[in-house]
Amino acid sequence: MIRFFADANYDFIGARKYAYGVTAVLFALSLVALIGLRLNYSIEFTGGTLVRVKSTQEVDVARLRSALETQGITGPEITTIGSSGGYLIRARTAKAGSDADNTQVTAAAVGAALDQAVGPGKYVIEGSGAVGPKVASELKGKALSAILLSFLAVLGYLAIRFEWRFGLAAVAATAHDIILTIGFIALMRLEVSLVVVGAVLSMVGYSLNDTIIIFDRVRENLHKYKRDHFIDIINRSINETLPRSVLTHGTTLTTLTSLAIFGGEVIRPFALVMFFGVFTGTFSSIYIAGPVLIWVEQKWPGADARGVKPGARVAAPPATREPVGA
Amino acid sequence: MIVTSLKSRFILIGAMTLASAAALFPRTITERIKGADGVMRDTLIKQVPLKLGLDLQGGMHLGLELDQSKRISADPAKDIDLALTVMRKRIDEFGVTEPLIQKQGEDRIVVELAGIDDPARAKGIVQRSAFLEFRITDRTNALDKALPAMDRALARLGVKASAGGAAAAGTAVEALLQGDTTRKTPGDTTKAAAQDTTPVIGGALSSMLQAGSTAGYPLYPGEYLVEDGAVTRVDSLLNLSDVKALFPRKFDYRWAATPTVVNAKSYRMMYVLEQKPIVTGSNLVDAREDINQLTSAPVVSFELDRKGARDFGEGTARNVGNYMAIVLDDRVQGRPPVIEERIDRRGQITMSGKSFQEARDLALTLRAGALPVPLKIVEEFQVGASLGRDSISKGILAGVVGTLFVVAIMIGIYRMAGVLAVTALAFYVLFSLGALAMLGATLTLPGLAGLVLSVGIAVDANVLIFERIREELALGKTVRLSIDEGFRHAMNAIIDSNVTTVMTALFLFQFGTGPIKGFAVTLTIGIIASMVTAVFVTRTFFMLWLDKQPSMQTLSI
Repeated sequence: MIRFFADANYDFIGARKYAYGVTAVLFALSLVALIGLRLNYSIEFTGGTLVRVKSTQEVDVARLRSALETQGITGPEITTIGSSGGYLIRARTAKAGSDADNTQVTAAAVGAALDQAVGPGKYVIEGSGAVGPKVASELKGKALSAILLSFLAVLGYLAIRFEWRFGLAAVAATAHDIILTIGFIALMRLEVSLVVVGAVLSMVGYSLNDTIIIFDRVRENLHKYKRDHFIDIINRSINETLPRSVLTHGTTLTTLTSLAIFGGEVIRPFALVMFFGVFTGTFSSIYIAGPVLIWVEQKWPGADARGVKPGARVAAPPATREPVGA
Repeated sequence: MIVTSLKSRFILIGAMTLASAAALFPRTITERIKGADGVMRDTLIKQVPLKLGLDLQGGMHLGLELDQSKRISADPAKDIDLALTVMRKRIDEFGVTEPLIQKQGEDRIVVELAGIDDPARAKGIVQRSAFLEFRITDRTNALDKALPAMDRALARLGVKASAGGAAAAGTAVEALLQGDTTRKTPGDTTKAAAQDTTPVIGGALSSMLQAGSTAGYPLYPGEYLVEDGAVTRVDSLLNLSDVKALFPRKFDYRWAATPTVVNAKSYRMMYVLEQKPIVTGSNLVDAREDINQLTSAPVVSFELDRKGARDFGEGTARNVGNYMAIVLDDRVQGRPPVIEERIDRRGQITMSGKSFQEARDLALTLRAGALPVPLKIVEEFQVGASLGRDSISKGILAGVVGTLFVVAIMIGIYRMAGVLAVTALAFYVLFSLGALAMLGATLTLPGLAGLVLSVGIAVDANVLIFERIREELALGKTVRLSIDEGFRHAMNAIIDSNVTTVMTALFLFQFGTGPIKGFAVTLTIGIIASMVTAVFVTRTFFMLWLDKQPSMQTLSI
């Protein structure tokens, strides 16, 4: 029988000072990445035109760019994809002087520039997209409201199923994950597309899932070990769920690796964001959700989840192991 | 679980398996497919009934809104509904399998066409207003008479003639050589007389409008030949409010749909037309594409309703000898022909220089009716069929490789119990796909990724249960009791964690467009299917296992 971390007894919560240090550094990194590099939004959110071209021969990117500029498109972005001859052209600004909400003028201008730089018939347009600014701003609002609403809904569900303290801790952990993931997206220069927003939301679900598994154990252990200190119960719960965490994260990371390698350009950003999400989700379940729960418990001591009276557990935590807020 | 006996459990699993397999079984369906001759026919094809998104099978997604820059809509809500009806008729005749045409929000129409091979043509059909009018060209030289005043108005505004406006002066010989003898005598004499009254030599507008007459091309009254490059300038000058006020009353002007080439130089014809049409496309009951037997040019013959026929008959009878312009979407089609006699119900639009395909598209849009207000494309996505196929094969490869690793991990760690979990995983894949087919949900590229990802996550429930069983065994409980306790204790965690994931998926569904909606649906179905298989199917396997070896002392887990 292969068992990973069976009967593990690591002092996770005891090591939280170091974890806070790690969190602080990661937060700072995310902030720097966000300010320094900015988020790179896809045309779905900024509006603009995207053309995916497969050319029979290599194209001089500078020539293509100047052809686009001549057609009245300022600052086009050109990236190479796949094997030779594959290009992604992004024109975020509408063709000068055209109605930006009418996407056709810009698309036609990109076509004209391709004819000029590559030559008509020497390329195939594999796919294209064009989004007007009105649609783009609508989508931005919708994505934001989806994230916020799902946040509230989950908080509500956890409040019903557990207790508001657990919900607060879980949401704090999720907020931590979202901030770090956005920092990761900025740092990796990943394009924020609908698929990536989908990945962030899935990551939120996955990370919550992980937190809930531990909280479920905490809830159970609160009944089981009524005399134990709250911190010990959390530590015990994390250790008891450790084998499951390692295995599930292992299988998830395996499928994500497979998706990132074989899934193609559209799926790769999704896989990368989720991949990062698995790590930050695991980290936050232990080092954000746990400590926040302890902190909330000390700040507002009361009946624990499922009506277990706090008794002596919370009253006087030993000073030696309680540098809360360090 | 509610179902306790092994037999009833197997019956239930068998039923679900059969239902999924039946839902996925390749079936023969009737599909309207365009034959080699371009006619739609019901064709029988065999396929797995899984609906693929545009990103996987290739196709086009269009978001359309009213374009009020040219024509203001009096009642946008009504017009968008009207446009929706027209769009349905058009796409129906265009012939696309399972098109999606629906209203999104208050002011947008979404059109999704799967597997089309000519996106530009489809876009043309969707966007064409198909607003048809028959109007009489002006024979009174009303614009010529107004030109001097217009030029003076422009001079007051400080607008000067652009250099070279009247440079292309042809010779009289050229004019003679190119004289069009098949048509009635052009009003050259009246035209010349009108020019004589022009006091402003080289006026801003007249210099551009008269460039053609000096190019030596025979023009009839009400016709102006303008150099291609000057078209936008003429347009903007004529639309200046000071100039507009001087435009002959009861008339306005329209440009020709196609350029006219004179001496290898491209010109555009401008026509001054009576404002009131004799009849419009709203009185049209039928339109068919055809070939003119004599000239073998494509034509569109049309038929008018009773009121249209009466108006058309009276209008043409009154205007025998005049020229009639066929105006489609504010562009004059061909050079207006002379009205030789009264025309009633039937007429013909000649489309010289156009393909038969274009005649067919015009007939189609005319039949479906005109859009109340032109539409503009505010959102467009196009995926080529080859890119779609490429995405499918990549997604499947990623799925197979990922699943193989998961299988290896599960069997490597949980041995026999792992084999059971992997078998349950096979059911999971079958149930998920079956549910997708039964619900008629669309499989998109992100959805495919969600399916692959959920294989990794699906084993989570089994991992939770197995770890729990191991814990119970470690406490010294019997095999049978450990299994019972393991399943029971893991349930809370499984339910809570899955409910939150489904909740986020639902929000994703609510905000997302096509591909992301597909992802949310696949994820939700995957989670539900994984709960069924991990809890119910695996449990049944364990029960069978215990049944076969009742005296089992150690568990291969």
